[in-house]
Amino acid sequence: MITLDALDLALAAGLVLTMAALSWRMQLGLSGQLLIAGMRTVVQLLLIGLVLKALFANVDLLWVAGISLVMLLAAGREVMARQQRRFTGWWGFGMGTGAMFISSFAITVLALTTMVATDPWYDPQYAVPLLGMLLGNTMSGIALALDRLTSTAWQQRAVIEQRLMLGATRLQAIAEIRRDAMRSGMMPIINAMAAAGLVSLPGMMTGQILAGSPPLEAVKYQILIMFLISAGTGFGVTAALWLGSKRLFDERHRLRLDKLTGPRNG
Amino acid sequence: MVELERPGMNGLSVIDLCTRGRGPYSLHIAPGECISLRGDSGSGKSLLLRAIADLDPHDGQVLLDGVACAQFTAPQWRKQVALLPAESHWWKDEVGAHFSGEECPWFETLGFSAETMHWQVSRLSSGEKQRLALARILMNTPRVLLLDEPTASLDAGNAAAVETLIGEYRRDTGAAVLWVSHDARQAARVGDRHLQLSTTTLIEGAP
Repeated sequence: MITLDALDLALAAGLVLTMAALSWRMQLGLSGQLLIAGMRTVVQLLLIGLVLKALFANVDLLWVAGISLVMLLAAGREVMARQQRRFTGWWGFGMGTGAMFISSFAITVLALTTMVATDPWYDPQYAVPLLGMLLGNTMSGIALALDRLTSTAWQQRAVIEQRLMLGATRLQAIAEIRRDAMRSGMMPIINAMAAAGLVSLPGMMTGQILAGSPPLEAVKYQILIMFLISAGTGFGVTAALWLGSKRLFDERHRLRLDKLTGPRNG
Repeated sequence: MVELERPGMNGLSVIDLCTRGRGPYSLHIAPGECISLRGDSGSGKSLLLRAIADLDPHDGQVLLDGVACAQFTAPQWRKQVALLPAESHWWKDEVGAHFSGEECPWFETLGFSAETMHWQVSRLSSGEKQRLALARILMNTPRVLLLDEPTASLDAGNAAAVETLIGEYRRDTGAAVLWVSHDARQAARVGDRHLQLSTTTLIEGAP
């Protein structure tokens, strides 16, 4: 495996600096953002690199659980931040986070104990990247689906209430909207699976090949990961939409949009 | 009199109903009776109807034939205590997809035919929508009808057809009717009693 030294990274950084300079000359107003994002990449990735290094040196369930919790909370915050209208109070954060916890953690533990079968099962070299990939994808799915659910319910309030007036249950009244939300949450991973290998080489597989793995080994891992991600996203989105569509109503099957916050500005 | 003819039915009772800072309102509609309800715009007529249909949180009691709203599941309640809102909404492409059965016994009276089931909702006029919405809610055979200006977008002929149909329905089934109307002459025509709504109370009076 060819290791990179500081000069190699400096050359790549030079490309970003050139782009920033070009953007400044063309007055695109992007140079500041580009430089700050580039700095963040360096700092954040170096930090996580150090954390992983320490973690790999001390294989301890408590440490793995600790970093998993940090990842989960960060993902939960991200889901909440991506909602135009989110649920008020604790639910705004808890709904997405809870759904991600159930699906991503269960799938990761299942994969670690059966398919990958590491020893110990929480070996951070496998557990952390696996959980990271699952969380990242489930997060996008849940964020898309919940945003779709709440914004459509808001727009179609009159139709939902009309169906309630005709004697529909809350589940019947929101069934189509929920189906649409499910579809939009699942579309990215379905598209990724359909296009895998044809349009793009998935990042994880590319990484393994660059690190020197035989291509077929990398492919097997990528297939496993794709399947885990699609199941994890599916379960996570289902759970989040189940909670979300229940929460939009009260126990008397009334549409309660007062449980949503107003639209976010900007 | 009417109660004696229909044992077990005693209509709709609303007792000290408060909703969204309005009320308390109390009223009783006997089986087969029609009460006209008038009130300035903004006086909360629609809110009162929504609360009776249990679409908004409320305090106080609403009873159907002596049984409290809370004893029913909410969908059961709304099938029995049917609210026809001023503006109807449709979510499928074809009219027929909004009806549970193949046929609707009220189509002819309302000026429609069996063919209407295949009409596109997007091509309906507001008057057609209003009449079809009435037929749609009657398919649940409700025992109480809460009508929010059911003839607002109809011409005189169609308005008369709707009045006739609701009159027949309430005579045939003993349904209790609460009819919001801006038109004093219509209120006098359809109502057995007449109520005027203010934000705090209901006053019995002339149509």
